[in-house]
Amino acid sequence: MRKDKKIVFKRVAQVLISSLITIAIVALLVLVMQGRDIPVLQTHGTIANQQRDLIYIVFGLGMLVVIPVLTLLFVVAWKFRAGNTKAKYDPEFDGHRGLEALWWGIPCIFIVVLAIITYISTHALDPYKKLESSVEPINVQVVSLEWKWLFIYPDKGVATLNYLNIPENTPINLTLTSDAPMNSFWVPALAGQVYTMNGMSTKLHLMADKVGNYRGSSANISGEGFANMTFAVNAMSNSAFSKWIIESANSTTMLDSTSYAQLAQRSKDDGEITYMLMDNDLYNKIVMKYMSHDTPGTKETTEPKPEEHDMHTMDHSDHDMSGMNH
Amino acid sequence: MFEDILKAIFGRLTLEDFVHEPIMAGAGLSMVAALVLAMIGLTFFKRWKWLWRNWLTSLDPKKIGVMYLIVSVIMLLRGLADAMLLRAQQVLNTNAELLNSDHFQQIFSAHGSIMIFFVGMGVIFGIFNLIVPQQIGSRDVAFPFLNSVSFWLFAAGMILINMPMVVGEFSTAGWLAYPPLSGLEYSPGVGVDYWIWALQISGIGSMLSGINFFVTIIKMRAPGMSLMKMPIFTWSVLMSVTLIMFAFPILTATLGMLALDRTLDMHFFTSMAGGNPMMYVNLIWAWGHPEVYILVLPAFGIFSEIVATFSKKRIFGYTSMVIALVAITILSFTVWLHHFFTMGGGADVNTFFGIMTMVIAIPTGVKVFNWIFTMYRGRVDFKTPMLWFMGFIATFTVGGLTGVMMSVPALDFQFHNSLFLVAHFHNMIVGGVLFGAFAAFSYWFPKFTGFTLNETLGKFAFWFWIVGFFVAFLPLYILGFMGAVRRLDHYDPSLGWQGLFIVAGIGVAIICVGVFFQLFQIAYSIWKRKENMVSNDPWDARTLEWATTSPPPEYNFAVIPTVTTRDAYWEMKQSNTKQEIPEYKDIWLPKNSGAGIIIGLFAMTFGASVVWHMWWLAAISFVAVVITIIIKLTDDEPDYKLSAAKVAKHELQAKLKLQEKTV
Repeated sequence: MRKDKKIVFKRVAQVLISSLITIAIVALLVLVMQGRDIPVLQTHGTIANQQRDLIYIVFGLGMLVVIPVLTLLFVVAWKFRAGNTKAKYDPEFDGHRGLEALWWGIPCIFIVVLAIITYISTHALDPYKKLESSVEPINVQVVSLEWKWLFIYPDKGVATLNYLNIPENTPINLTLTSDAPMNSFWVPALAGQVYTMNGMSTKLHLMADKVGNYRGSSANISGEGFANMTFAVNAMSNSAFSKWIIESANSTTMLDSTSYAQLAQRSKDDGEITYMLMDNDLYNKIVMKYMSHDTPGTKETTEPKPEEHDMHTMDHSDHDMSGMNH
Repeated sequence: MFEDILKAIFGRLTLEDFVHEPIMAGAGLSMVAALVLAMIGLTFFKRWKWLWRNWLTSLDPKKIGVMYLIVSVIMLLRGLADAMLLRAQQVLNTNAELLNSDHFQQIFSAHGSIMIFFVGMGVIFGIFNLIVPQQIGSRDVAFPFLNSVSFWLFAAGMILINMPMVVGEFSTAGWLAYPPLSGLEYSPGVGVDYWIWALQISGIGSMLSGINFFVTIIKMRAPGMSLMKMPIFTWSVLMSVTLIMFAFPILTATLGMLALDRTLDMHFFTSMAGGNPMMYVNLIWAWGHPEVYILVLPAFGIFSEIVATFSKKRIFGYTSMVIALVAITILSFTVWLHHFFTMGGGADVNTFFGIMTMVIAIPTGVKVFNWIFTMYRGRVDFKTPMLWFMGFIATFTVGGLTGVMMSVPALDFQFHNSLFLVAHFHNMIVGGVLFGAFAAFSYWFPKFTGFTLNETLGKFAFWFWIVGFFVAFLPLYILGFMGAVRRLDHYDPSLGWQGLFIVAGIGVAIICVGVFFQLFQIAYSIWKRKENMVSNDPWDARTLEWATTSPPPEYNFAVIPTVTTRDAYWEMKQSNTKQEIPEYKDIWLPKNSGAGIIIGLFAMTFGASVVWHMWWLAAISFVAVVITIIIKLTDDEPDYKLSAAKVAKHELQAKLKLQEKTV
């Protein structure tokens, strides 16, 4: 009897200690996250809102599997522990058609449900898909540089560095490229991220449903100054945006091919700059820069054959297409 | 003139390359000091000959396996130290610059590369070498010398990846080095070259080893062991090495092309002149995703053995388990694109790869249920290996849940490259591969030593590990939701992320305590080995490797067993046939060979000289490798004979020793 008591005491102690540890961890986490901004869940963009809802749905579906599995694991482990000699011991029980069919089947059903959700959501939230809205969209061209973000408003004659002003409830059509190592453009409160790559254009559509300042950042390692590559996205009222555009279009700092070449040099912590855009075709020039097939130095040494030349031009147009329509 | 000569001899190596920042210099110096100390120790105790004869030139897979494990443990400690530095920098943030951006980036690149290539791969090859031949009732692997070459190429890669601590710098482009960042334009230094050649050389070793074990399992099983009578662990190894054979050539080709881009100014992956970095990203993940399964399938196999043994039951649903393994193997080649949904593949492509990813959850789920039902109606003895199993299921299920969340492309756009992703794959790789390796270590330790590891210390290690693990990685999931991306050496303090990083740092510290207990457990158990002496079969196990003595003789089996059922050894014990004195025969075993280590040394020299552009040395060492191989291959008598009388004597001695132990 005394031995039994000892074991019971030990078990109680174990349960107490482990629950204490669990509570301590949870309390600590709650404490350190209190009052923090959680943009992936506290969303303010049409796309991000839907992504947030989807997170809850998929998480819920997942929990429907995880909780029973873990419960089953611990119940079975506890019941059939070596010390419990009362439990049935049946070493011959090494397969059961019905049971196995059950756990091939149930996950299959879950995956079918998830697959349907995936198909619908992937198409609905495709970053390349234009957003439906009665409001005229704004085009913005994004260029990731070493180590800053350039935003070009080709139709407005404005460009900005390290900040993006957008009107609320207006679809923003972003086309993105890089004039530096590959990067990723991410404003979690508004929409998911998309890569920026040199010589190519990717697309992203987003819309802020509320006036506010949202944090954007670079999500892909791009060299030494990568951690500093953050930018502010300011969603403002339509009138404020129009006013800002007019002011900015008259900025004394100008952006043309020459000043761009300077801007594209490596630098960190450039701060926010507003430019008057002098060259509406700047973005395309940046993308096309990487389409040249003549590497420096090769031109003089090799004689261009007509055939090769043809191929070059063919490749050229091909790349052009894939680049632009990607 | 003088400079030209220097350049011709030393390539781009200059004296300045030996100068490092304090932290790195300290690490490099202590590494060199440890080496020097080891050498002094060997000289002092006159152990050089012993080391050379018994270990370095040995072709015995058991010894090669132990060497793999030793290298992996050292690399695990290095990787852990890297992790601590990274977290420390993120905790300090802008308050103090422990590491500058460049150094921080070198460290996370090294952490990832080392943990996958020199811990993960090392651990699984170590376990393959130790267990597979015995489990299939074989005396050796198919190609013993090739096995030694594989190990020494692995060791050569390991030295190359650590060399930047002493001379030069490491890559700052992350563990997969995407171009154009890893290209010549943005990374002109030697860092990426070190990365390429360390991986290339050890990767060729892995490929050779994969072929070796594939042939071993296909051709060298004991008579009667049909494929469907193989233990699940052997099945998992067969699937893992199949993946290696198909995936590693992709890695070799990809690294080769990147090396050509960097050294010969080619343009496979640069957008100038028609190259395409997206091709690199596709190729590297066409290897990279199978790689995850190369590591984790053996862990599944390990747990299958452990659960069956400690539940005193056959594995539940053997056929299901095999089908699941094969399904995972095939499916693992169809999901690589989920690593870059954000590259703009389009909704249809993303949907396909998203769904394929989820489909892998089905066979994986089946395995979990079969494990649980192996315990059902069993007598489950919760020894340390079983604790690791429970920990594995707990972490792996959480990782699986977050994995399914990320496999939905629409959601991946929000999780990709964030700390959520980082937490997810640590859940899978630490919870799967490392916990599997730890379980395997405590399970099979007595097999090779004749004594068990201390249980109490093992349990302490486990509890610190599992608690530390959740404390270290739960905050990262939350940070991901807060928009924290991976690889940040600093962030705006006003974001309020510091608290979570501190908690994560505490988690790392708790894990370190766990690691301390593991190391202490090994030392203590060796010290007190007299108290933990056990018979040949301490766990009352089921598979053939336990049929040999513990520790096993060099030839494993004096007489090759004949297999009639699954769980061959268990059935042998059950049938309880009277032991007759077997008729011993002569056994042929491979002679030691120094060629493996020599090839490794020259391969390392080749790698280092290509990194530093010392072309003359590269040419010499490459030719030297070829010549060494030719010389070795012309050896007419690679085997030596162990006569039947000697075998009989050895067996008798072993029997006496066992009686002594059990009395």
